[in-house]
Amino acid sequence: MTASSAILEVQPILVNATRFRKAREADWERLEYLVGRIEKRSVRALSDEDLLALPLLYRSALSSLSVARETSLDRALISYLEQLCTRAYFQIYGVPTSALRQIGRFFAKSWPEAVQAIWRETLVAFLLTVAGAVVAYLLVRNDPTWFFGIMPEGLSAGRDPSASAETLRATLYGASKDDGLAVFATYLFTHNAQIAIFAFALGFAFAVPTVLLILYNGLMLGAFVAVFVPKGLGWNLGGWLMIHGTTEIFAIILAGAAGFRIGTAIAFPGRLSRGDSAIAAGRSAATAMAGAVIMLIAAGLLEGIGRQTVTEDRARYAIGLTMLLGWLVYFYMPRKA
Amino acid sequence: MRWPIRKKARGPVSLRRNFVTPEGVDLQLELGGAGTRAAAFMLDGLFILVVLIVLTIAIVTLLVASHQSDALEILWLIGFFILRNGWFVLFEMGGRGATPGKRVMGLRVVARDGARLTGGAVIARNAMREIEIFLPLSFLGSQAADGTADAFLTIFALCWSGIFLLFPLFNRDRLRVGDLIAGTWVVRTVNGTLGHDLVAGKESARRTFSDAALSLYGVYELQTLEDVLRGGRNDALATVAWTIRNKAGIADDGDDFGFLSDYYAALCARLERGLLLGKRRENKFAASRG
Repeated sequence: MTASSAILEVQPILVNATRFRKAREADWERLEYLVGRIEKRSVRALSDEDLLALPLLYRSALSSLSVARETSLDRALISYLEQLCTRAYFQIYGVPTSALRQIGRFFAKSWPEAVQAIWRETLVAFLLTVAGAVVAYLLVRNDPTWFFGIMPEGLSAGRDPSASAETLRATLYGASKDDGLAVFATYLFTHNAQIAIFAFALGFAFAVPTVLLILYNGLMLGAFVAVFVPKGLGWNLGGWLMIHGTTEIFAIILAGAAGFRIGTAIAFPGRLSRGDSAIAAGRSAATAMAGAVIMLIAAGLLEGIGRQTVTEDRARYAIGLTMLLGWLVYFYMPRKA
Repeated sequence: MRWPIRKKARGPVSLRRNFVTPEGVDLQLELGGAGTRAAAFMLDGLFILVVLIVLTIAIVTLLVASHQSDALEILWLIGFFILRNGWFVLFEMGGRGATPGKRVMGLRVVARDGARLTGGAVIARNAMREIEIFLPLSFLGSQAADGTADAFLTIFALCWSGIFLLFPLFNRDRLRVGDLIAGTWVVRTVNGTLGHDLVAGKESARRTFSDAALSLYGVYELQTLEDVLRGGRNDALATVAWTIRNKAGIADDGDDFGFLSDYYAALCARLERGLLLGKRRENKFAASRG
């Protein structure tokens, strides 16, 4: 059996891929060019005519892909069409809306909705904070050495049970010429924001670490109050805390509630599958957490600027309560669907 | 004799996933492999470090020039915070859906259900990085700083980070914990160009092959031949040409590439005819029914 490969006259074998390429290649190239321009710059780089052509070209490329898969064996052609269609798909369906519109939507809708969705968790986090504060207050009032067990060393900065009333009073109405304070406020903001993100992320472990974090936050608050009250500075401390604390503590509570939401969604998915439940909870809770970081920025400004310029107790209370009222109205005000 | 329990032969783990568009076409997405993603993350880490160093140097120079120590310190604190938390979020919320590191490695983040990537999803997947990476790192860091050689805590921290860092290896979709929560996955972006047509555009006459010579192979071998032809490596061409000639009993005419191109065209035409009749011969082991 020795069949030699005889050479015949030109008789072009046109395989399907060749025919197909000839008929459609121009369309594919145009789609590739348009998608490439969107990827490199943005949708705005396209003319109206191109913009109208884009979905048509995309669908025609998709139909080319289906046909090629069934009738052609040219692997280069099929993989080219696959990646071209995928690129076009993500530019047409998968791209996030413009940053400005996303931000607008976040403030108008997503944020308050996300906060409303976790109202139960918020209540729990609030009660945990209060419980922690009460416990720490009672502990420190009974035995001041507890203070050092609760507060980390760096944070108290001399404001401990051994300090005199004058020193404590001075810390409450600290003169603005104290240079380090603005930096300290910024440090506190970044620190608190990091804690808020932790409280959210740790919720993944069935919310247990988040519970501890929120409880500890309450403990520190209570211990702090217990230092000032016996020196007769309770009312003054209230103003000092209120002006930024209503915003700051609310933010931490919300971040903790976002963490609870994830943990409980994973532990008790209800009718959804565990994965779907985690996704639904994760996306909305992350929005609430991002909002908490924004609240902490506001709290940082109030702390760094507001508290330095406003030293009158009643004004401090007024600002703090107004902020609280503002947040409550913004989050829980009934909205049209 | 057979063993009662036989190990199932498992093929290589495929990273291609079905992804059906609203038009009903399966796009067959390819997921980013664990190694590629680790490399992308390290690149991002490197970029962040470089930016941080540049920022620090710039601020220190400004500090020496002016005496606004407070403002500059605040600037640095906020810059650090934004770098640590905003780098991934801001880049992934942009139109490309990828950080610079991911772009270098040809990856992008997309929602698993094919919908738009929302800000909430991007924030969720990146906030989880805090407990995946930064928590065990800072934990170990403070351990080392304190010098407390508490073996239990160190082991705990290592286990913790091990679980989260290796998490993508334990599920088939290579999901991080953050991807799990946010409903996203990381896919490869390929920007290939259309390879030239191997069959068209030949001026000279073609070789013809006997039916027996063409019934040797199926689709798998055809596409392997396509790769060889596109690869254009002489030794591979020679080996493949020799094998085919040997099997089909064809004399060597000294033109390997020409011979293989013609054989490819003829085989492709024959197999495509089969396709039109609903017969797809997957490989050489399948029965030839042409």
